Amino acid sequence: MQPIIEVNHLSKHYPGIQAVNDLSFTVLEGDVYGFLGQNGAGKSTTIRMLLTLIRPTSGTIRMFGMDVHTHRREVLSHTGAVIERPDLYKYLSAYDNLNLFAKMNGIRMSRQLLMERLDYVGLAARWDSKASTFSQGMKQRLGIAVALVHDPKLILLDEPTNGLDPQGIADMRNLITRLSRDMGKTVLVSSHLLHEIEQVATRMIIIDKGRKVTEGAVAELLSPAHTLVTIETNNNPVAGTLIREKTKASVLTVDADEIRVQMDKSDIPSLVSLLVGAGINIASVQPRHSLEDYFLSLTNSGKHVEPAAD
Amino acid sequence: MWNLLQIELYKISKRPRTYIAFAAISAIVFIFQFAFKADGESYMNLMMQSVQDSFELNKTKAINGYFMCYIILNTLLVQVPVLVALIAGDAISGEANMGTLRLLITRPVSRTQLLMAKFIASFVFTVVLLLWMALMALVLSMLIFGVDDMLIFRVKGEESQIMQITADDVLWRYTAAFGYAAVALTVIASIALFLSIYAENSIGPIVATVCIVIVCTVISNINVPVIDRNVKPWLFTSYLVGWKGFFYIATNADGEPIKGSLENWPAIRNSLYILFAHIGVLLGLSTYVFNRKDILS
Repeated sequence: MQPIIEVNHLSKHYPGIQAVNDLSFTVLEGDVYGFLGQNGAGKSTTIRMLLTLIRPTSGTIRMFGMDVHTHRREVLSHTGAVIERPDLYKYLSAYDNLNLFAKMNGIRMSRQLLMERLDYVGLAARWDSKASTFSQGMKQRLGIAVALVHDPKLILLDEPTNGLDPQGIADMRNLITRLSRDMGKTVLVSSHLLHEIEQVATRMIIIDKGRKVTEGAVAELLSPAHTLVTIETNNNPVAGTLIREKTKASVLTVDADEIRVQMDKSDIPSLVSLLVGAGINIASVQPRHSLEDYFLSLTNSGKHVEPAAD
Repeated sequence: MWNLLQIELYKISKRPRTYIAFAAISAIVFIFQFAFKADGESYMNLMMQSVQDSFELNKTKAINGYFMCYIILNTLLVQVPVLVALIAGDAISGEANMGTLRLLITRPVSRTQLLMAKFIASFVFTVVLLLWMALMALVLSMLIFGVDDMLIFRVKGEESQIMQITADDVLWRYTAAFGYAAVALTVIASIALFLSIYAENSIGPIVATVCIVIVCTVISNINVPVIDRNVKPWLFTSYLVGWKGFFYIATNADGEPIKGSLENWPAIRNSLYILFAHIGVLLGLSTYVFNRKDILS
């Protein structure tokens, strides 16, 4: 697979704030790439730098093998985006909005084609309604139609489920899946809600405070070999030291309430034996699968786990 | 570029606020025309007080379409900058506010092109507004009040003066005056567009533009020698009413007006140079700032 986005040592510094800090990642053709981080982690700043809305302080961005700043027009003509709120021209209809952005891309589209596009996002029935009358979900779908109007190879979606109701979130998930599976688009989708990304992304990166925490295939990051386990004992400091010294598990945090480790799920019995053998009483051992827990454990610990293969 | 300009004009035409300006101009013109139709003579008496003894005048003939347009423009061209700022001040900040600016900028067009399209669209709006004014204040007044020789009242230093321009010598002067006004108002549009880059709502740049015009107008009207020499010649507001220069007709040795002449063409030409320089500098600055701006809206 050919790399579509290559970000190298990207940084953005505002007075007093390091919004993005030495960030590197690669998005491959056909990926649905999850871009994860809490609010303020630097996701939007990074996406805006990809789209040339913001100038990086340092680092390089190559898209489709070209530098985005020297080949801005070529890169952008292959890219569609919905950034945060998908606000459109409220005083124009869905049809007029779509037509206007087609022209912005230098494309003349027939009425039939425009209607087909509106139909694709489920807005054909409301083609003549002003965007100001639309619900958040409908605006979001119109935003997607606008992002797709020039048939781009790459689509960047910044927090596309923000402000949507459960039905809207489900629709968005279906749409992302269709874009990737049926239309062969490469999609980069950011969110602070991991369970959403978990269901659509093939690969992902987690960033925190502008830095990369981890990057890899979602299936791999969620595999039993990387299970997050929470252990409660009567002596957490000693237990933590024991686990660190005598097992392959990586200890994330040790505090008075619990120990959090990342380990292969099949090693849990031997870990329990080890602790019991050392005279430590175990109150509970809870393996957690959810990416949400994984994400929180990584970002809250302040640890930066660089992946083996960059 | 033509494509972008079409899109910008389309957007302006679709916004209700665009038509506020046309409605405001129509209202002001109608009020003037109604007032002069009803009681123009009182106004003429008032104007003639200072010069009544030295000049015999047919008052009904004096109130004609050409004269009316001049009176209306005197009032209207002071207000129109606000209407121009209403559109140009919204050009970028309004898009930032709606969230469409980031959509525009991520399309494969350069920021410079986008800015120029917005500038030209503001210019076209200004010209259309002036054409509307010409239609309402000149053509409609000509139909209502008829056409005759035109009288110009002018306060020159200590004395008041009346100049007479023959009916067949007027229309080209109005054409030139509207052209001049288009240049002067484009300076206002350039200021509003420049300020529009910095804001994320359209109120700020519109109010700021109007404030700048007010402050500069006040400075242009202060009579202090040091300001007269060093500041006024460089201030655009000193030239906003320069269109009147096209109605100041030159006279011969006997004091007779010379048909087709201008009293001081070099002064008008210099005014235009300075206004064009303002537009150039403001557009250059706007392009520089807009190309370097991080779009965070």
